[in-house]
Amino acid sequence: MKSIRMQIDGKEVQAAKGMTVLEAARSAGISIPTLCHHEQLAPFGGCRLCIVEVEAHGGKNIVASCVFQAEDDLIINTRSDKIDRIRKSILELLLAHAPESPRLQELAKDYGADKDKFPQEASFCVHCGLCVRYCAEVKQLNAVGFIDRGIRKEIAFLPEIASKECNDCKECFPLCPTSYLQAAFVLVESLAFPRDQATQA
Amino acid sequence: MNDDRIDQIIESHQSEASSLIQVLLDIQSEDRWLSKEALSRVSEKLDVPLRRIQHIATFYKAFSLSPKGRHEVHICMGTACHVRGAGRVLEKVEAVTGIGPGETDLDMKFSLETVNCLGCCALGPVMEIDGTTHGRLSAADTTDVLQTYE
Ligand code: SF4
Ligand code: FES
Repeated sequence: MKSIRMQIDGKEVQAAKGMTVLEAARSAGISIPTLCHHEQLAPFGGCRLCIVEVEAHGGKNIVASCVFQAEDDLIINTRSDKIDRIRKSILELLLAHAPESPRLQELAKDYGADKDKFPQEASFCVHCGLCVRYCAEVKQLNAVGFIDRGIRKEIAFLPEIASKECNDCKECFPLCPTSYLQAAFVLVESLAFPRDQATQA
Repeated sequence: MNDDRIDQIIESHQSEASSLIQVLLDIQSEDRWLSKEALSRVSEKLDVPLRRIQHIATFYKAFSLSPKGRHEVHICMGTACHVRGAGRVLEKVEAVTGIGPGETDLDMKFSLETVNCLGCCALGPVMEIDGTTHGRLSAADTTDVLQTYE
């Protein structure tokens, strides 16, 4: 039952209660760029690439469409000079961490983002949380998690769980927008449960 | 800390997963750190994945994942203490104990941390040891104060 009516990029769009603006837009064939969004996972709102302009109750606001609930009479713009400018900056910041990420490079082309805008700090992980959330929500294995906070936040595999589960799964590998996840896995594997040891056992 | 004691702490919080942080705080204050064994026990008992506990335990500065010394030394580096010579106090403590911020000495006597404001700027420079405040410290006082701890 689609009961909510709103306008996205000048087009009348209907949405069901509980849908996010991103879902409503996609169901109407309007695309909004995302990085941390995944259909099987609860909205996370981590990357902010999906921002849109919302006009409602007489005010204008910029919100993350992947977490913003659809509502009657919203007027939404998925692109404007302002949105494009912000997305470009977000991309440039993400590229400082993962300059070689194919997904980011593709988006950078669309928005004219320069990967060398900010000094590179190649931590490779862009904290999208896809690996952590997929492992927890879909696989319910909890083999990889975040540790620490702020600029020191990282992902970390739990060797006890990873040594048992990861080799047969690795479903998170292709989700990672960078190659950091695989690198982190190989590192924990070689330190905590080297392959030769596993095959001998 | 043995499992029985951990279970007791958990029960005192009605074994609720939502009390996770309280449980961790209790263990931290008794043991002065959170051992891996303790975290695993809590994870099992509260049915919270170790992954989540690990994130929480590394997120808050109140928790330590490595053993702490018998005395926790906090040196205030807030603005007021800073201008009143906290740097000299810190240097003195480092020289006397042989450890830097975030470290614990081999005898497990002192752990040293710098903090950002203890809320008693008028007493600066301030050093707090095990919750006792020592204010208006000169470098010489600092040595004297440290020597009173066993
Ligand atoms: S390792 Fe990759 S998938 Fe995981 S949070 Fe970092 S960027 Fe995202
Ligand atoms: S897709 Fe919405 S914040 Fe990442």
